[in-house]
Amino acid sequence: MTQSNPPLLDVRGLSLSVATGDGLMPVVRDMSFSLNASETLGIVGESGCGKSLTSLAIMGLLEGTPVRVTAGEILFQGRDLLTLPPRERRRIMGNEMSMIFQEPMTSLNPVYRIGDQIVETIREHQPMSKSAARTRAVELLRMVRIPDPEGRIDSYPHQLSGGMRQRVMIAMALAGSPRLLIADEPTTALDVTVQAQILKLIADLQSETGMGIILISHDLGVIAETCDRIAVMYRGRVVESAETRDLFATMRHPYTRGLLDSIPEPDEDVDRLPTIPGRVPGLDERVDGCAFNPRCARASAVCREEDPGETAFGGGHAARCHHPLEPDA
Amino acid sequence: MLGYATRRLLALIPTLLAASLLVFLFVHLIPGDPAAVLLGDTATPEEVEALTREMGLNAPLYLQYLYWLGNVLQGDLGTSIFFGAPVLSVIADGAETSILLAVMTMVWIVILGVPIGVVSATRHGTWVDQVASGGAMLFASVPTFWLGLYLILIFSVSLGWLPSSGYPSISDDGGLANLRYLLLPSFTLAAPNAALIIRLVRASMLDVQREDHVRTARAKGLAPWKVATKHVFRNALIAVAAAFGFTFAALVSEAVVTETVFSLPGIGRLVVQSILRRDYPVIQGVILIIVVLYMVINLLVDLAYAWLDPRVSLK
Amino acid sequence: MTPNATIQWFATGRRIFRGRWLATLGLAWLVLVVLAAVFAPLIVPFDPLEIDPVARLTEPGAAHFFGTDHFGRDTFSRSIYGARMAIVIGLGSVLVALLVGGLTGMISAYFTRLGAFLMRVVDVLMAFPALLLALVLMTLLERSVMNTVLVIGIVYATTTARILFGMTLKLKNEVFIDAAVCSGAGHASILFRHILPNLISPLLVQASFIFAFAQLQAAALDFLGLGLPPEVPSWGNMLSESRIYVTRAPWLLLFPGALIILSVFSMNLVGDALRDSIDPRFKNDIKGV
Repeated sequence: MTQSNPPLLDVRGLSLSVATGDGLMPVVRDMSFSLNASETLGIVGESGCGKSLTSLAIMGLLEGTPVRVTAGEILFQGRDLLTLPPRERRRIMGNEMSMIFQEPMTSLNPVYRIGDQIVETIREHQPMSKSAARTRAVELLRMVRIPDPEGRIDSYPHQLSGGMRQRVMIAMALAGSPRLLIADEPTTALDVTVQAQILKLIADLQSETGMGIILISHDLGVIAETCDRIAVMYRGRVVESAETRDLFATMRHPYTRGLLDSIPEPDEDVDRLPTIPGRVPGLDERVDGCAFNPRCARASAVCREEDPGETAFGGGHAARCHHPLEPDA
Repeated sequence: MLGYATRRLLALIPTLLAASLLVFLFVHLIPGDPAAVLLGDTATPEEVEALTREMGLNAPLYLQYLYWLGNVLQGDLGTSIFFGAPVLSVIADGAETSILLAVMTMVWIVILGVPIGVVSATRHGTWVDQVASGGAMLFASVPTFWLGLYLILIFSVSLGWLPSSGYPSISDDGGLANLRYLLLPSFTLAAPNAALIIRLVRASMLDVQREDHVRTARAKGLAPWKVATKHVFRNALIAVAAAFGFTFAALVSEAVVTETVFSLPGIGRLVVQSILRRDYPVIQGVILIIVVLYMVINLLVDLAYAWLDPRVSLK
Repeated sequence: MTPNATIQWFATGRRIFRGRWLATLGLAWLVLVVLAAVFAPLIVPFDPLEIDPVARLTEPGAAHFFGTDHFGRDTFSRSIYGARMAIVIGLGSVLVALLVGGLTGMISAYFTRLGAFLMRVVDVLMAFPALLLALVLMTLLERSVMNTVLVIGIVYATTTARILFGMTLKLKNEVFIDAAVCSGAGHASILFRHILPNLISPLLVQASFIFAFAQLQAAALDFLGLGLPPEVPSWGNMLSESRIYVTRAPWLLLFPGALIILSVFSMNLVGDALRDSIDPRFKNDIKGV
């Protein structure tokens, strides 16, 4: 991979903390990754690992939550988003960078027609007459393959199914021809058949527009199908990251292995799925050494004392583990 | 929408009939002969006899009710004992004062309640919010008449800026300037209700602020004030509209007190004076009109609700 | 109360009022009002009914802390006795409203056929604005403490019935009620031993708001001359009587008014704090201030 010009998105040493009654509690620690145009990065992890907060931080939606950025940079097309004045930042939001969310049922405002909500986004960023924006909205609805877009544009959200609403959300996200799309669990709330359609739609739109995508999911299967690169998060840390093919060929972190083992194989008849023993410790619980050690079969004395640094395995594959798994023979 | 309105209107009729039955029975619940009650203490036995015959008070109760209801539907609410005039015209005399008072009160409620509520919600948790919502609760805890009396002490007695009592019609000398007589009363009446609206606007905006679609609106890159007005306030309005029937009821109750404090010739004071004068036909008439009005307002509130929330009209 | 239960009560109270200094002050004020009511005869410097023509309309001072009224009665002593009336009116109205309204609401939600009828009756009564309903009922009755309590209680019984109806309906469909039915529990047992205990804390919140509103309604009735008998030293009556003397004796308006406002405000603050601590399912059922 050549790095002649700056990547689309470059996150460096990002740390987030949540303000509680007892002070700041770190929720994401020293997160770094980069993303190029036309590339899809998958962030995977159990709920509460900090993947959604990371995406909200990149998007600029932490305001109004008790979560704060405590360190790091978020470089978008070479500019640090964290130091931009709010007005400049909003010029990027919904325009060059947009986001779709997990809950298509509630992410649209129930009192406005979907067309008006798309038009609002268009006219916020482009000087355009109402009728021109409406024509553009129909075009966007067609792009996300909503049948009869001229008829549907005047529907209210409650008149559409969950899959349709998620398509509307995607249409709205495309309104400003974004360079970066953040999709936070975009298919989790949908039926399995609809899930596949939405993922295919996102992939197709990417090849048409060349946008970069960050796909956040707790489902390694979804990630594996769509992403070029994968970052596995555990308790606010990226514990392993690699190209998708490399990762599935040789997993280095025991946690990644555990995640994969807990996916059912359709053609295998198993009585019982292996699960990762234990549970994710609460944020307020202190874990010395490697955060995963209480649940790890390979944990040794050093794991309980020392937080592992990042080990590189070549080809952009890295993991934070004292006892990384060996490649299968 | 029209179908919805018609259905709601039809659903109102049974409640209306039941309420009218209660109002009718009111006179019969007063100890003594209903005819004597309706005619007052000065009536001669002959007059009582005559009214008994005229109203068919010897007939079974349900026939009496139907007869009374028939009269009411024709606009005949009986005759005032005190004024000796038709009840409807006695009530009509107080209508101008009460309606203008209500309108001015609503203006106060809207210009005070809504902006303070919005600011309180958008500055949630700051000292501005604490002062606004705490102050609102304090105002909701003040007896209406006490506030009225204090306003008279300050603005009429000490400063001499505004009249303390009475209200000449705007068709009399002075014209619209006579509305100054209603400034203090309308503020008095508005204060506790504006306080409720402040708390309500604040609470429902805070509820809406937590909803997912507000995050979507922010993700669009909209400026905070646009998110606050177009998305948060607009949706919060649904809950506020739903509570407006409630506000009307509180308004009617407190108007009785306010009109008494400021000696306004309105319907509210008419109720109190009629009760003290034992002028039962007037009491009966006013109550009936207020109940019907209250139900109509509630219907309008429901329609406004359906209009504000597209999800409702489907049901 | 066993020591353990006391500790538990104390812990619960601490959880509810922690960080809410205004509500805590409100609670302290209410405790003060209750103490004043209980120990009124020991506190007052004068007989609240004693007329002293020489001391008519005396300004507040060393002898008469809150001044005297047009009969020369000591306003401070009357105010202390007024606390008694405030507690009687508040507790009485709460009792009537919760008993009548609460039972109506619970039974209506449980026995649906009877409930449909009862709730219609409640609907009709709710078509009358609160103070108006109270006024109409008072015209039919003598002015007395008992009747005032009854009337205000009945007025708030309607809203209480509505609220309890909604909350009981929610609980009725819970799994633990099905379990109770399956284990052969009778209707009364299900209503009072399985449903009611879950509604105790929302009822407490509702009670605190009724207590606050009852003070305002009672004061309004007193002011209109339709509440407590005129000779009863209530805060509302004191204000009502002082009305024509306000320009000469503004203190007659100030002290009883401040007492009403402080008490209602305190009760609202406490109610608000309680509401934030109850089951979130019921939070929106209860409308306070």
